[in-house]
Amino acid sequence: MDRRQFIKAGLAGACSLAAHPLMSTVTFAASNGTRPLGENRLIVVILRGAMDGLDILRPFGDANLPRYRPKILSGDKGSDLDGFFWLHPAMKDLMPLWSAGQLGFVHAASSPYRDKRSHFAGQDMLEAGSGLDVPDPEVRDGWLNRLLQAVPGITGDTAYSVGIAEMPILKGIAPFAAWAPEQSLDLSAACKILLDQVYESDPLFHAAASQAMELSAHLAEADANGKKPTGPFSDDLALADFTAARLLEDTRIASFSISGWDTHRTQAGAIAKPAERLAQVILRLQQGLGATWGKTLLVAMTEFGRTARENGTGGTDHGTGGAMVLAGGALKGGRVLGDWPGLDEAALFERRDLMPTTDVRAWAGHALRGMYGFEKSLIEQTIFPGLILPRDPGLLL
Amino acid sequence: MGRPMGLTDEHLAIRFGFGLPLPRSAPRSPAEIAAALRGRDRAAADWPLTSLAQYSEMIQALQEIKARAKTGANVKAEEDAAQAKIVRLANLGHRTGLARAIDSAEPFRERLITFFADHFTANARGGISGIYMPFALVEEAIRPNIGKTFTAMLKAVTLHPAMLIFLDQQSSIGPNSAMGLRQGKGLNENLARELMELHTLGVDGGYSQDDVRQLAELLTGLTVEADMTTGFEPRRVEPGAETVLGQSYDSDKIGAIGRVLHDLALHPATAAHIARKLAVHFLSDTPDPAVIEAMRAAFIASEGDIPSVVQALLSHPAASAAVAEKLRQPFDFIVAAARGLGVSGQQIQDMEAGLFKRGIMVPMEEMGQRMKYSPGPDGWPEQAEAWVTPPRLAARIDWAMSMPQRLVTELPEPVAFAAFVLGSHASQTLLTAASRAESRRDGVGIVLSSPEFNRR
Repeated sequence: MDRRQFIKAGLAGACSLAAHPLMSTVTFAASNGTRPLGENRLIVVILRGAMDGLDILRPFGDANLPRYRPKILSGDKGSDLDGFFWLHPAMKDLMPLWSAGQLGFVHAASSPYRDKRSHFAGQDMLEAGSGLDVPDPEVRDGWLNRLLQAVPGITGDTAYSVGIAEMPILKGIAPFAAWAPEQSLDLSAACKILLDQVYESDPLFHAAASQAMELSAHLAEADANGKKPTGPFSDDLALADFTAARLLEDTRIASFSISGWDTHRTQAGAIAKPAERLAQVILRLQQGLGATWGKTLLVAMTEFGRTARENGTGGTDHGTGGAMVLAGGALKGGRVLGDWPGLDEAALFERRDLMPTTDVRAWAGHALRGMYGFEKSLIEQTIFPGLILPRDPGLLL
Repeated sequence: MGRPMGLTDEHLAIRFGFGLPLPRSAPRSPAEIAAALRGRDRAAADWPLTSLAQYSEMIQALQEIKARAKTGANVKAEEDAAQAKIVRLANLGHRTGLARAIDSAEPFRERLITFFADHFTANARGGISGIYMPFALVEEAIRPNIGKTFTAMLKAVTLHPAMLIFLDQQSSIGPNSAMGLRQGKGLNENLARELMELHTLGVDGGYSQDDVRQLAELLTGLTVEADMTTGFEPRRVEPGAETVLGQSYDSDKIGAIGRVLHDLALHPATAAHIARKLAVHFLSDTPDPAVIEAMRAAFIASEGDIPSVVQALLSHPAASAAVAEKLRQPFDFIVAAARGLGVSGQQIQDMEAGLFKRGIMVPMEEMGQRMKYSPGPDGWPEQAEAWVTPPRLAARIDWAMSMPQRLVTELPEPVAFAAFVLGSHASQTLLTAASRAESRRDGVGIVLSSPEFNRR
């Protein structure tokens, strides 16, 4: 049986959970209560467009950095994290979280994707959770979906895809819910009643429309109560509010995208926008989740990093090693994790990109293990096929 | 020329076309439809598209500007203009696809082209240098072969640069070829695997991993040149004979690639796979095995003649079944709505760029179909459940309520509109709801949001 066959067999098994070959060995430390996946909340953010890890988390401790990036680094240096890494100035509002140990980073991490530097193929591999020995088109579901497939008793809203952008990380045979808070459904009361009648005889339409009307009414109510976010990040804050509200109910896993990281030109200005969006979304989630923030872990990952040197237009091009952003009350934060490869030209990947020293899947795998008590074999064989989990880095409190 | 019992204009328009009204001059019997497919592609002539060669020139011009930028020249305005021209070209591709579907006198031809464009999915890749490739593939490999054999289409598609790029063939190098030995590079099996799994035999078509590997070795040498034409580089070719599905291919490699594509196209498993996919796409997620068998037999008897296979589909009683099980995909939904409202292809072509984006392209994406960016090489999902989710249905309802008034100067009377676009498919419940709507806007919106309008 080759690996592909193995994955297929694994999925076929997951269709009927009772017959799942791994079920008997899987223990669910956190799912003894009434809800599948217990009380811990996981938020996975996909940073689309390739976030420049070297700009978000600036290694000023490495003397090469200012030489590589004269234009990008000509302004505010940012906030000192640990004397070696400095946080991008657009994310300074996150510093209280850092001090509280609820913000952390992984530097020089990447998916196993190499060499081609295509956003789409890179995102495909990131969200499929596959490795180089399983080319990305062959794993056609997302790793969060394979996680769901392995958990008995999940319901349609155990996992939520939030926002208009499709989330391939959740794609697959296990059910999940989806809603885009920016999707309004502005219908009069009379029109809603008529639509309800029209849908009544078609169960598929009826269920989807009822849920859509309910969700959008919920959001409209928040608007009317003046809770609707306003200002420059209103859409992102609305997304965070919606996500927090779901996580306070039955949802345990949520995923959404933050785009805008493809900074080929004038990066100093261009990256500030998505960086500030990410920071504001994290803070808004903390606010919205209240005490539940203590049981929450947010993991933000990107398809790859960017070139170590800035290009001729004050930007950076597609690279390899990137960074992960971690946040949440469940995190043992206040640390920059990972193995720093250095920025000497000889230490760069193909003499141009930050050398990836760890696999993003390994960090995500340990997060899942810590949050939900999954067996190592489930993570290495089913969720991230081909991954070999390294030593436990002690991500969580 | 006889129509099978029960196959009405409504079936032809709703199940096999882009909705009512069925164009007056549309061919109506299965034999006429098959004969028309063998004839001229009038929609392509009415709304022509730019060739791959012209697109390639535009990309090369852009690259030349970028090269000058590296020497320090200030070319920003020039670069932006060249980029904008290419983006407009891709937009023209989208507009033209809609215009052809709206205006075509042969709606089934357009639906069948959409089916094969999905069967042979080759999405846009690599940013601006790839955005037009999917259109070029349909234009140059699928449309010209829709009235011919599956073999002809398979060869044209497989050897088209859009497919070679999408499935990574240009990075596949024979490990023992001159280039492989020197650079230490090897095979990429992507095209070989999808050729068998998706394009021909089907996942249960009886091939092994070894067949995939051997086919990948046989395909080495195929590559894409800088001018976006298909090339063949002998120094990439894996030496030696290959055996695929028990058949040895051992002589000149270009000829052998043609032979293996021919053999795969006419393999019995391919006939069954294509027959099943057609039935699932046009009729039901769980189609009557008899209609699959009828198409499979027609495929084999005609050596993969596409018009003969679809004639068997249209002639089968399952084609005129009463229940509408399938769901209109977002593209079909928007085309059917536009046709029902009397919007012409010309209006789509002339639509102001901002409105086209906000009113057509973005809503289609919100409905789950970002055109030319399907989730994977296996194309768009067939099951209704994939499209009728809360956010995607909300996007349909939202469009149905807000866009029609921007497309036409006067909205139709809702009950008459329901009868016009649905004929006998309009339920009494829907007609009543349409009559009770507070405004024409709501009434038309309810009709377009209804299960009847969204199923086919």
